[in-house]
Amino acid sequence: MTLPNLDLPPLLPEIILIGMALLLLVVDMAARFRDARAEGSLMAGLTFASVLIAAGATAAGIGGGDASVAGVVLVDDLSRYLNLVVLLAAGLSVLLAWAYVPQFSRESSSFYALVLLATAGMMFMGKSVELITLFVSLEILSVSLYILTGFNRHQLASAEGALKYFLLGAFSSGFFLYGLALFYVQTGSTQLAEIAAQDSGGVLLLIGLGLLLVGFFFKLAGVPFHMWAPDAYQGAPTPVTGFMSVATKAAAFIALFRVLAAVPGVPVEVWGWAVAIVAVLTMTWGNFAALRQKSLKRMLAYSSIAHAGYMMTGLVAGTDALNAILYYLFAYAFMNIGAFAVAAMLERPTPNAPQDATIDAARGLFDRRPALATAMAIFMLSLTGIPPLVGFFGKLYVFGAAVSAGWAWLAVVGMLNSVVSAYYYLRVVVVMFMAPEDETSYVRSRIPAGAGTAIAVAVTGVLLMGLLATPVFVELGRAVIALR
Amino acid sequence: MIPTTYILLLSALIFTIGAVGVLVRRNALIIFMSIEMMLNSVNLTLIAAANQWGNLTGQIFVFIVIAVAAVEVAVGLAIIMAIVRHKDTTNIDEVHLLKG
Amino acid sequence: MLSFAWIILVFPALGLLINWIFGKRMGKSYIALVASAAVFASFLTAVGLAAGLAALPADARAVTVPLWSWIHIGDFQVDFALLIDPLSVVMALVVTGVGFIIHWYAATYMLVDDHHRELSLRMYGRFFIYLNFFILMMLTLVLANNYLQLYVGWEGVGVASYLLISFWFYKPSAADAGKKAFIVNRVGDFGMALAIMWLFFLFGKEAGSLAFADIFHAAEGAGAAAAGAMTGITLLLLLAATGKSAQIPLFVWLPDAMEGPTPVSALIHAATMVTAGVYMIARSHPLFEMAPTTMAVVAWIGALTALMAASIAIVQTDLKRILAYSTISQLGYMFLGVGVGAFTAGIFHLMTHAFFKALLFLTAGSVMHAMHGELNIDLMGGLKQKMPKTYWQFLIGAAALAGFPLLAGFWSKDAILYEAFLKSPLLWGVGIFTALLTAFYSFRAVFRAFHGDPRSEHAEHAHEQSPGMTFPLWFLVIGSLFAGLLGLPALFGEHVNVLGNWLAPVFADLEGEVHGSEGLELTLFLVSSGVALLGIFIAYARYIPEWGWAKALQRLFSRLQPVLENKYCVDEIYMAAIVNPLRRLAEGFYQLGDGCIIEGIVNGVGAVTVRAGGYVARMQTGVLGMYALSFFVGVVLVLLWFLLFVT
Repeated sequence: MTLPNLDLPPLLPEIILIGMALLLLVVDMAARFRDARAEGSLMAGLTFASVLIAAGATAAGIGGGDASVAGVVLVDDLSRYLNLVVLLAAGLSVLLAWAYVPQFSRESSSFYALVLLATAGMMFMGKSVELITLFVSLEILSVSLYILTGFNRHQLASAEGALKYFLLGAFSSGFFLYGLALFYVQTGSTQLAEIAAQDSGGVLLLIGLGLLLVGFFFKLAGVPFHMWAPDAYQGAPTPVTGFMSVATKAAAFIALFRVLAAVPGVPVEVWGWAVAIVAVLTMTWGNFAALRQKSLKRMLAYSSIAHAGYMMTGLVAGTDALNAILYYLFAYAFMNIGAFAVAAMLERPTPNAPQDATIDAARGLFDRRPALATAMAIFMLSLTGIPPLVGFFGKLYVFGAAVSAGWAWLAVVGMLNSVVSAYYYLRVVVVMFMAPEDETSYVRSRIPAGAGTAIAVAVTGVLLMGLLATPVFVELGRAVIALR
Repeated sequence: MIPTTYILLLSALIFTIGAVGVLVRRNALIIFMSIEMMLNSVNLTLIAAANQWGNLTGQIFVFIVIAVAAVEVAVGLAIIMAIVRHKDTTNIDEVHLLKG
Repeated sequence: MLSFAWIILVFPALGLLINWIFGKRMGKSYIALVASAAVFASFLTAVGLAAGLAALPADARAVTVPLWSWIHIGDFQVDFALLIDPLSVVMALVVTGVGFIIHWYAATYMLVDDHHRELSLRMYGRFFIYLNFFILMMLTLVLANNYLQLYVGWEGVGVASYLLISFWFYKPSAADAGKKAFIVNRVGDFGMALAIMWLFFLFGKEAGSLAFADIFHAAEGAGAAAAGAMTGITLLLLLAATGKSAQIPLFVWLPDAMEGPTPVSALIHAATMVTAGVYMIARSHPLFEMAPTTMAVVAWIGALTALMAASIAIVQTDLKRILAYSTISQLGYMFLGVGVGAFTAGIFHLMTHAFFKALLFLTAGSVMHAMHGELNIDLMGGLKQKMPKTYWQFLIGAAALAGFPLLAGFWSKDAILYEAFLKSPLLWGVGIFTALLTAFYSFRAVFRAFHGDPRSEHAEHAHEQSPGMTFPLWFLVIGSLFAGLLGLPALFGEHVNVLGNWLAPVFADLEGEVHGSEGLELTLFLVSSGVALLGIFIAYARYIPEWGWAKALQRLFSRLQPVLENKYCVDEIYMAAIVNPLRRLAEGFYQLGDGCIIEGIVNGVGAVTVRAGGYVARMQTGVLGMYALSFFVGVVLVLLWFLLFVT
């Protein structure tokens, strides 16, 4: 008997990340650090370097054709772009975490190791073409994120967010797993390609797809499977919130695409309507709930829910919308993590951990830190979807895909929702630019270099990707070819 | 030999009991046990299917699910402990700082 | 050869950046210098563009200057590009020309705030950053070659407008006004977004872009097949225009917008931004021409807005509010013009209005400073002696507004009224009656504010403003006096209408316009001259009764009716005969239109949405059991849906 031939180089980015995660833990054991900050800086630096190298390795492979590894993961351009989205989110979050984590923890090594493992899990999830791999990668990223959510143990909010995320996440994993098992019961295989080769569906396959959808909706925070999201997002340390609100969704979307493309005999009307209804519920719920929030972080949490809804409208268009959704994910990584990074700068430090920033903390921000306020205004306007910023094009492409697939009403609902969202996004702008400073206002006296870089990169991304919408979108078109 | 359908129905039943357990119980530990029950009912399904199809994939799947469940236990207990340290309770109804 | 056009955008962008980055180290005079010089440089560029365009043969005067490829989906492409044609150049000239003068004036005006306190360097710098940003966005709007870019500018000027309305953010009324402008405009912007999406779905494939020329071509190709859709699209565009240009039903935000600093009122809420709706309709004229229903709606909205706003202006006592309602009313004329297909006349009035309304607002600003922030004309009086320069400037502006014969407003308003008469005498009737009201309220303001005796402490001690504020206004005075000569009617010869000839290539595709006889044109001219003079005369007689025949009339009345013996009698007869019914009408409009219905709807929608948001958020109870239940219900529903499919 021979072992299956493992062709590793296509998985080089993942190997780098996992290797670095292990290395961090070893370094932590071996070295002695003066204080939490020194340890945090070293760990963050190493992590950031590995993320950069992994991104470079991924980018170098783009256009290099497909490579299947052991028949369970498929490295194609779609998964490479997903790698880039996830690595972008991870990189920005690591920069933000650089000075943030040492504020409440002396265990930076575990923090970054978990970030790296979650990142690798997401990257695997996007390239799984086999159900067991899909399940394992989903669990790797989920379990890492449960711990990261509760990483600030001194804070009840953090622990509570983790508890809710964990219990509901495990609950949803149960349904997801049952769906996978039903696929196997029906077809006798866990390979997506073999499942797709079946000529017809069958009841179990249909129920299985329903259960899988539920699991994906949970990860995407789709209503009514979203209840964990606001609490987990608010409780988690802010860099983690930014990371998971973007990267998890990216991985889940791509994996969902692969599954939907493989299931035989289920017409688009069936799952399409389920997705469409959940999309409408999600964006409407997210936007309405965000209207009355006082906490900036929680408002952004609900806004993330709404954005997942916008992205889902692209799902109904099937593979044709892939580059639209990828574009949206890149856009979303820049503007959303950027917004969370600014929010982190408004958090008042307490002995244990930074306190949640309220929207009022931004009062008069333009007077105190004009650059920071302008950056936040750009993120908010982009999230609202005002041209020529990247958020506008994301919506344009996604809604456009929905319309060309015959779901025009869905695009109209999306547009109406954008109008509602303008109320709460622009409220932040108004508060920053027009409200006078008072005792509720707070902003860190010194912006840490890491966070400053993250914000600058995010602003650049929001502006450049808006102005260069065409070339980026055309480039992402390769991913569509990959799945056809 | 027991027909595969029966085993599948049994596991669906156990799965449902687990899901209902999550809904009706208030103790985080019991809820967690119910979730484990759901996972294990799926294991039963997988084994039955593996037997039916005559291949090993289902069996491998089961081993992996068991490993994953073990990971979840470790992490889950740690998170529940963190809550107990703050609030001295495992009743989920008493943990509602984050809302609205 | 016009490829240098893009630098017109660079100057304000540069001014904005310099003031933003170095503003705190530069001091006020340099900030103002940088901002004004940037706009002036843009103005020179616009002049250069006009000259370059004039050198081309008439049918080649539409040059697209692509900057970069912006969106590209399959065969569909939207460039970021500037369209240089006669219409856009006229708009650019007005925006940068009037904009420059207002920057110049603001350099002195903004040294102190509305209560005569020294303005901090930070606020001063911020004001000019916003102002340059506005110019940048307005130029993006008028020079856009496609609907998407127009929308960018449309939103951009909106943002600048909200920021500047709420500039005195410590005043709750200013913050509320900014909010109101924002909410009301969102309704209009929504129409714009829907219209663009509709155009995209309808013609995107055929036209391959959202560029004006391509869309119009595709629309003409579709012909009658798209007639229904065209009515829908143009009505949505009209909704957008009524928001930006403060027409029925979305006019309510503009009077409140006067909470902003006066140069802002002059620049954004009188001369330039609010005319964007008129410009957009003129720009989209091939679409509107295909939708006669919409054209009629545009004309009637314009006429009724003109009438209603003018009648409200009569009862206002706040100088800036009078001017605000007057702006709404004049914008109504422009809508009337473009609605009856007289696009050239509409743009002509847009241009002259920019001159005299900016002049009126800026002189009102001078008065406001002289009066230490007081704007109530009942508390003014006698300012003619205290501030003679301002008086003459205001007088000329008011005369141009009133349609005093041979001044700027006279020619442009009559061009509109003439075309309206050819279309429908009824529209003309509404317009000419409004002209009477216009003449009356503009001179009411002149007489109440500047003539008679001072009626308050502040008015006693008012004094002329420094040359920094009075000098730039003379340029606007020249415009108010002579801009009308650019659009002389055909009565004076075949080629005397400079503006008409200039814009002819843009509107060349219009069907041959109906022309009335010269006799009719002359008659209408005489009628409207007479009406303007009558209005001024009534105002004069009403507010300066000691002079001329008003005194005699007063005596006449007191002799005829002994009951009315005191000198108020004349007032009361005037009141009963003219002012009171009008006031009642005006107040009715005000109550009905401004007070309850529209405000109620606009604010109501917002409030209901926000309250719904509260309910939704409250369903997030924080209790885990409920979360799991929600999840489980979702599972059951999804599975039911899938099983439904099986059976």
